[in-house]
Parts: sequence; structure tokens; C-alpha cells
Amino acid sequence: MADFSIVARKGSIAPEAELDQSSPIRILPGEKMSKSVRWDETRASEIIGAHASLDGAALPVLHALREEFGFIPDDAIPLVASALNLSRAEVHGVLTFYHDFRRAPPGRHILKLCRAEACQAMNAPILSRDLLAKLGIDWGETTPDGALTVEGAYCLGLCMCSPSGLYDGEPIGRLDAAKLEALIQEARRS
Amino acid sequence: MALIQEVDYGTPLGKSETMVTLTIDGQAVTVPAETSVMAAAMMMGTKIPKLCATDMLEAFGSCRLCLVEIEGRKGTPASCTTPVAAGMVVHTQTPRLADLRRGVMELYISDHPLDCLTCSANGDCELQDMAGDVGLRDVRYGYAGENHLEARTDASNPYFSFEDSKCIVCSRCVRACEEVQGTFALTIEGRGFDSRVSPGGTNFFGSECVSCGACVQACPTATLNEKSVISLGKPEHSVVTTCAYCGVGCSFKAEMKGSTVVRMVPYKDGKANEGHSCVKGRFAWGYATHKDRITTPMIRKKITDPWRVVSWEEAIDYAAKEFKRIQAQYGVDSIGGITSSRCTNEETFLVQKLVRAGFGNNNVDTCARVCHSPTGYGLKTTLGTSAGTQDFASVAHADVIVVIGANPTDGHPVFASRMKRRLREGARLIVIDPRRIDLVRSPHVTADYHLQLLPGTNVALINAIAHVVVTEGLVNEDYVRQRCELADFESWARFIADERHAPEAVEHLTGVRASDVRGATRLYARGGNAAIYYGLGVTEHSQGSTMVMGMANLAMATGNLGRIGVGVNPLRGQNNVQGSCDMGSFPHEFSGYRHVSDDATRNMFEALWNVPLKGEPGLRIPNMLDEAVDGRFKGLYIQGEDIAQSDPDTQHVTAGLRSMECVVIQDIFLNETAKYAHVFLPGSSFLEKDGTFTNAERRINRVRKVMSPLAGMADWEVTIALSNALGYEMSYAHPSEIMDEIARLTPTFAGVSYEKIEALGSVQWPCNDAAPHGTPTMHVDRFVRGKGKFMLTEFIPTEERTGPRFPLLLTTGRILSQYNVGAQTRRTENSRWHEEDVLEIHPFDAESRGVEDGDMVSLESRSGAIALRARISERMQPGVVYTTFHHAKTGANVVTTDYSDWATSCPEYKVTAVQVRRTNRMSDWQEKFLEEDRTLKRIETKLDAAE
Repeated sequence: MADFSIVARKGSIAPEAELDQSSPIRILPGEKMSKSVRWDETRASEIIGAHASLDGAALPVLHALREEFGFIPDDAIPLVASALNLSRAEVHGVLTFYHDFRRAPPGRHILKLCRAEACQAMNAPILSRDLLAKLGIDWGETTPDGALTVEGAYCLGLCMCSPSGLYDGEPIGRLDAAKLEALIQEARRS
Repeated sequence: MALIQEVDYGTPLGKSETMVTLTIDGQAVTVPAETSVMAAAMMMGTKIPKLCATDMLEAFGSCRLCLVEIEGRKGTPASCTTPVAAGMVVHTQTPRLADLRRGVMELYISDHPLDCLTCSANGDCELQDMAGDVGLRDVRYGYAGENHLEARTDASNPYFSFEDSKCIVCSRCVRACEEVQGTFALTIEGRGFDSRVSPGGTNFFGSECVSCGACVQACPTATLNEKSVISLGKPEHSVVTTCAYCGVGCSFKAEMKGSTVVRMVPYKDGKANEGHSCVKGRFAWGYATHKDRITTPMIRKKITDPWRVVSWEEAIDYAAKEFKRIQAQYGVDSIGGITSSRCTNEETFLVQKLVRAGFGNNNVDTCARVCHSPTGYGLKTTLGTSAGTQDFASVAHADVIVVIGANPTDGHPVFASRMKRRLREGARLIVIDPRRIDLVRSPHVTADYHLQLLPGTNVALINAIAHVVVTEGLVNEDYVRQRCELADFESWARFIADERHAPEAVEHLTGVRASDVRGATRLYARGGNAAIYYGLGVTEHSQGSTMVMGMANLAMATGNLGRIGVGVNPLRGQNNVQGSCDMGSFPHEFSGYRHVSDDATRNMFEALWNVPLKGEPGLRIPNMLDEAVDGRFKGLYIQGEDIAQSDPDTQHVTAGLRSMECVVIQDIFLNETAKYAHVFLPGSSFLEKDGTFTNAERRINRVRKVMSPLAGMADWEVTIALSNALGYEMSYAHPSEIMDEIARLTPTFAGVSYEKIEALGSVQWPCNDAAPHGTPTMHVDRFVRGKGKFMLTEFIPTEERTGPRFPLLLTTGRILSQYNVGAQTRRTENSRWHEEDVLEIHPFDAESRGVEDGDMVSLESRSGAIALRARISERMQPGVVYTTFHHAKTGANVVTTDYSDWATSCPEYKVTAVQVRRTNRMSDWQEKFLEEDRTLKRIETKLDAAE
């Protein structure tokens, strides 16, 4: 098994080891790069139509919209509701249940910080609080320059290298203030 | 009198026939299998603490208060989600359970405001009760933790508020909206500690909520509470009565503080609604004490005079003298009366008695003339009696539901909720309607077929359906052979099998694809129990009666009559349409639909009433108006009806009224017809009198007085006074005595009495020696007329045709928040949902006329023109436009014509050829209307009188 005390992004901040590509953490629903496309109702309707006949189509439809646009705006709700013959409230309920169905376009980069127990025990709350304060944003928000969105995650399975996070889908272990600062700089550059 | 406390079993009771015996707290109890432990305990009077459970909803199991111990089972299962089992031994109160429950309550209360003393639900709060029941004395967690106490209150709905900070997220409201109402307007937003009840991310008023009140009723805390309770406080007594809006006839508890209504709460024991309600009955009762109520009698010589306020004696005396003068001058037949489907059976019966015995003619008609008279004719001819065949509960056993010319979610919402529940369970749906009504497709309901026919082609379509039944071998031959007149069936089958009725042959008339007709027919004939529900889209046509017979033919041919789950059912528009018809309000029929020419019947009435009666039918409403215009009809007594707004071709109606010398209006408001009246007798609302209403399922429900008549007299007392002044003596101390007379004179009502209704809650006629407890399902072993009679139903197109001048077809109807002429609902907050009548028009027709959404348009027919706002709507098909008639100033019936059903004169409201074009001004009629609204409604002030 690979050593998880890593920053997996190739050639970036202080890499300590390469991530084993077969590691189970690869199944996390991470995003390689943040993708956000302008909302397009016609395109959205096509996507909804392509999944509408599935049994229990709401989740596949919402996943597909999120995949296409990077977020799911309020405008999507009546479209999905009407196509699936659900009430708007029902779609709203599903949409708001899952944090990953992001409601506004994200920044160019996304940092997910683990907020679960092991990381909490390893100083994550203070690290996150300071980071958010420095950026002047709250959980789920994006920096005004559009560089970085910070979101919470509830256990990434990286407990042995807490506190941990995901930066554009790549796991990062043993986070500290310096690593976070480096990530911010990285995000602002590209 | 006290507040009625209905038992809440926590979950629905098991419907199984198998009984199961178990022991709860040492006591044996026997209940139907599938009953929950919670409900079983309540059946023996043991309340298990609960918050998320209520018996209007399926068990949910989220609040963890109802835990019990069951011997031999591990842990502490929730009693709401645990079904009973034979031999089960349950303990509902143990030290372990007490600890658990107290712990759960501590968590709830750690995030709940502690303002019980000033809370709107103080004394009516299940959370408060539970805190008491479990002995909560302290909250170990304190109150300083994260909480929702700052959550904002949503007061956007006019009738109830949503105080989020008090919400315990038990989901009762969300589930009520789904399971009971079927609208799915509420959800739980977010998750975990952030979970909140939400009407879909918007406020209540802007949401999909239809304001039925089911969530408010389900809420165990103050979170969802009536604004009237917030302002007035807890009611102190309640009286069970019947709603005065539509023909569903919901039972309500009028919850009172003295003689002030605090709220109307649907009554679970009410058989028509079983604890459900809609925005009208539940909330829109404020009209009853609206400042526009006229509570003093008034008279005037000419309609252009201002009204003069007088005493009851003077008004009654004046009316009686005028009627006598007119009869002396113009003949016995020159006056008549109109009964109202808004009034009670007893009041209606008295008005027709007054006309027949007091006026000495049969010139009595009722507003059912303009709605369901074809139902009477059609069902009586084919099946033998003028009534729907089923009770409402029957729809829960239907496998195929056919909705024809009805819009239940708007017109009969509480029945629609029943229907939608059955549809969610898997029943199939066929909608036959020119418009795409909500039932065609709305959350969790989709019609298998929507046969979107052109207005005026009902009979062509029903014939095409029957043609498929006969030619594809879908006739239930055993049923027909056993139950129907065979010779009639054979001639009908030959008639209908003719190729001219084939779906392919009538496609060009109806606009409905032949393959859809065939598909829908196969579904109807082969899909199991098939039930037809229909509305005024069937009856208000030149062939309304033919269409009713066509539906009866179809049901007989497929064997869909005479058991639960099937039938042919009119959805009655008004609260007492069925009753007003039953009571002999027609010029040709005594109570119980017996012709006036029938000597035996007439003799019976003559003997009891001690007066000779005429054997020839009198005038129908349209005939009265025609005769008035011709100068032969001069006086009219109208109880609780507004023909100047509700009847077609308004200008003809008002011309008739203007030609009369004495029009007596008895109403709670100075309505449109009163502009042309000479005597105004103040009416009483349903809250001010005792009586009965009969709903669309023939159910006789009690109306109970909760306040004294505002004008001093109930409507039945006014009719008595008028009759006595005319010299025909009537004497009843109470409406129950009128019902006794009805029972004595009417075989189908022979077993009906207030005593019996009191004992049974309600009773469905026929109720007599053969059926002492009433008749939920008609025609079970034989049809009322003996054998079912097939009638030939040739399609004859209406003479109302589109052409170059009037190329569109107008059809009219109503919407959820408003009711008929709007006299009641316009005087409530319901108007916030519908402030004006609009014209729905298809985008294609709008575009070709340069009409944009919200534009003023002129709507013109050969009868007249009005102006109103356009709403572009895909519900419409090209070539068809739609409007409502709720607002007098719009004047929808200025446009409708005088064409009517061939058999019953029921007006053809549903088909009018019209033209639509943009305009920037009111129509001439509308301008005149506003002018007359000032000049013909003046009431003399004291200053005037002094002059």
C-alpha cells in the first residue's frame, strides 16, 4: 500500500510520494479541474431528456447537469420537475440534500477540507477557520477573484494523514497553514 | 358546549378482515390485522406518546417518542411502525421507556423557543403535551447550543403562517401535502441539523401550495397555525356542520369563541371528506360576516329609486301585496320563484311549496337548470333516477378513472385528492377535455389518454367510444342480458355499430386521433373497475342530455354499474345541487322526481298541503325571462341566486328582469340581480341556520347553526313569513319539521329524519324501509327503473358555429380559489390568487392576433362583447379560448349565448363562437355595468329620507 503522507499533485507543492492509482480513494467523486459552463436551458433540457426515462431519474439527471455545467442553478428546478413530473419542492428537496449539487458556479479551483472526526482531532477546525477568515469567505463560497472555492468534506478516507483535503480532486494529506497558503497561491496563479 | 376532540389513533387502522388479539399493558385487545401497535393501544384508550404520527398519515417512525417494549423482541421498537401480531405482549410504560422518551424530548426542547405562555398554540400543542406526558423537568444540554431560534417566519399565505423557529421537522406537513392532498408542495430542505421544512425554496404564497390546510392541521406545534387563531386565540366550543361551497359537501368543525368563528377544521368522521379540506371551505368563510352583508330588508318602487330600509313586516307585506296585485292584473301564472342550490333542502322545499301552493302555479325552477339538469334527464331515462351512482369512497376501488368535462383539482379539490391518491396507487386515467387540465399531468399523476376534443363534439366522441366497444367485442354480454332491456340494447348496438360512428369517421369532427379513441376504449372496457366522473363540460351543451345518456349506455354495455369502484358520477357544482333537484324545484317535478301530472303523487301533496295543485308543468327560468320580455311574466321570488351574473346571455336576462314589476331578492349580499329588484330580503349564511345539504353522492349532511341570523331571520323563516302574508299558512318551529314533511311526501326520503342523521352522522338516499341506513351504491341488483335502458344518441352538431366573424370557440369554467359568481370568495383573501378573470389563449392564436401575455383583449360573440386580460397558455388547443365567470365586472356571460340543451334548456355555456382582438378600452357593456353599479345599487341615507 502506498504511503498516504502525500501531496499527490504532480510537480506541485512538496510532493512526498506518488499516489497509488489503484488506491480506493480514487473512487471519490472528485473533479480533476473545476469546470463551470454558462447555464444553457436548451442544453439542460437535452440532458434532462436523455435521462428522464430512467427509473428514479432525479439523481442521474442532477448528476448529469452538475457534470455538464459544474453547478445546478434554481432555473434547473422547474425543468427537472416538469420533465420528471415531480413537484418543484421535491426537486428542491433532493437538490439541497446533497452538498455536491453545487448551486452556483464554483471558482477555477476547488479545495475540499475534511471536517470529520479524525481531522477535527488533528486541528482541522482551526486550520479551516483561519483559511476561511483569510479568504473572507464561508464554507461553500468562492473567493471574489473567482480563484478558489472552499467546501467541506466529511471523511475522505485519509484519516491516517489528517488533516486532509482534496484540491481539484487530488488528495492532500497532513495539511498545515503553509501548505494551505501554497495552495492559495497556486490557485490564484492559474 | 365544548370543543370536540377527535381521537387520533396515530396511524390509520388496519383494514384487514382478520382479527388479531394481543396484550397491551396487561389488557387484551382484539384489532384488525395490519393495525399498528400504536393504533391498537389507542383503540383501548391508551395514548402512547408521539409527535410524528397522526392517523391521517401513514406511519413514519422518526420522532422516537412512541417506543415500546415487546416481550421476546429486542430493543424498543417504534409502536407506530410495528404492526400487531397475535399473542404479542406490549408494554407502553416502563422506567426504561420513560428515560428514553425524556431524553428525546430534551433534544427537541434544546432547540425550541420556551415561550409557551405567549405562543399561538398554547393549549393546543402536541409538543407541549408530550413534554408534560414524559415529565420533562430539565434540559441537560442547555439552550445555548446551535439552534434555529432565529429562523424567520413566513407569513406570506393569507390564512396561515409558518413559524420556522418552532418547527421540530417531524415531516407531518410534508407528508400531509403528499399523502392527503397530493400536491407535493412541501419538502425537507437540506440535511442533518440544517434540515428545514420548505415550500421548495420560496415562500408559501409563491410556491406550489394550494392552501388546502392539510399541513396546518397536521402540524403538532405552532409552526403552521391559522392566522385567525394567532389573532383570536384558542376556540372554546365547536359545532359540526357542512361546507357551503361545492358539491363535495365536506364536514367541518366550526370552532368558535362565542358566536365568532375562529377556524373551520375538516371533520375526520365526515364521510365525504374524511378530514380533508380545500382552500375555500377551510379558510374562505370570512364573507359570512363581511361588511357588505345587508342585514336589513329594503324596498323600492322602481329599480332606479334608491333602496329604502324598512322593517321585516313592511318588506314582506309589500312583496305579498305586489305579488297579489300582479296575479290579479296579469293572471295566476304571471309570477314564479327560483330556488337555490346554495340553500338548504328544507328552504328549497319551502320555496317550491310556496310557489305551488301559495302562488298556485308550477313556475318554480332552480339554478340546477343551468348546470346539471341534463344529468337529471339523462340518468333518469337510462337508469331510473337522477343521481350519481356511487359514494366518493368508491373511487378508491376504481382501476380506470374517466374524467369527462370536469376539472376536479379546481372544482372539487377534496374529491380530486381522493382520486389522485388512487391514481398514485396505480389506477389508470383517461381525461376527455378540450383543455389540458392539471389531472392530465401534474406531480405523480399522468393521464394514459387525454382525448382533447373540440368543444361541442362530446356526443360524437362518446359514440365513437361506444362504437369501439360494440365492434371490438368489448360488450359485457352477461351483464347486458341480465340487467338491461334487450330490445333497446339491440337497436342501440345496431345504431352505434354503424360506420358513421367509427373513431376514424369522426376524427375530423372531434379532433381526436382514432387510435387514441380505440386505445382509451380498450382501457375503459378491459381495465377492471371503470368509473366515469363528469362535470358541466358534459351537461352545458346543446346535447348535454344526449351525452349523459351516452355515458350511461357505455357504462351499461361494459357492466360498469351497480358495484363499488365503477359508476357514472356527476360532480355537482354547488353544495346543494343534488338536494335542490331532489326537493322538487323543477316546474315539472315534485320532490323525488315525480311528475306533476302524476295524479297519485299530486293527490298526496294536495291532501297534505290542503290546496289544489296544477297538473301541468310551469315555466323554466329561460322561459320566465322570455315571457317577461314579452310582457306576460311580471313577478319573481329569487332565493339565494344571482341569475344576472350566472346565467347565459346576460343582456337577455337583465332585459327580462327589467320588464318585471316585482322582483324579490333574498340574498346575503346586494348581488347583480338585486340591481333589478324591488324587494330585498336579507338572507342568512350557512353558519346562521339549521338544515341539511345533499352532496354529489346523495349524502344528506346536517348544517348546524353556530350564530344567530345577522338579519334576525333564517331563510326558511323568511319564506314562511312571505307565504303567510300571501295567505297560504305555513307553520314550522324548526327545519327538522320540514324534513319530516319531506320524508312523508317523498318515497326516497321516507326514512330520513334529523334523529337518524344525528345517529348515523349522515345518510345517503334512497333511505327508506328497503334501505334504512341509506344507499352508498345505487343499482346494485337492479336498476331503479328495473332494467337499464339504452338510448340512441345521434350526434347533432350545435348550431353555434365558428365562421369568419367569430373564428374561435370559447369555453368557460372556474378555478380553485374562486367560486362561481364569486359573491363569497371575492370577499375573502382568496382573491389574492385570482384577482380578475383572464382569457386563456393558445400561443398560436395569440401570435396571429398580435396579442401578448397580459394584453387587454376584446372578446366578442354574437351576444355581446367584453374586455379582459389575455393569458397565453399551452393548456389550450389552437382555436379554443377559455375564461372564468367569477367577476361580475368582467361579464363572461355577456358573451355566452341563448343556445341550450334540447331536453332541459340547460344553457350551452361551453361552446360560443367568438373573436378575440387587442383593445385598449372596456366594452360598452362593461361601461354600462359600472354606471349601473352606481345608479342601481343606491341605498337611501337618512339625509335622503329627510328630504
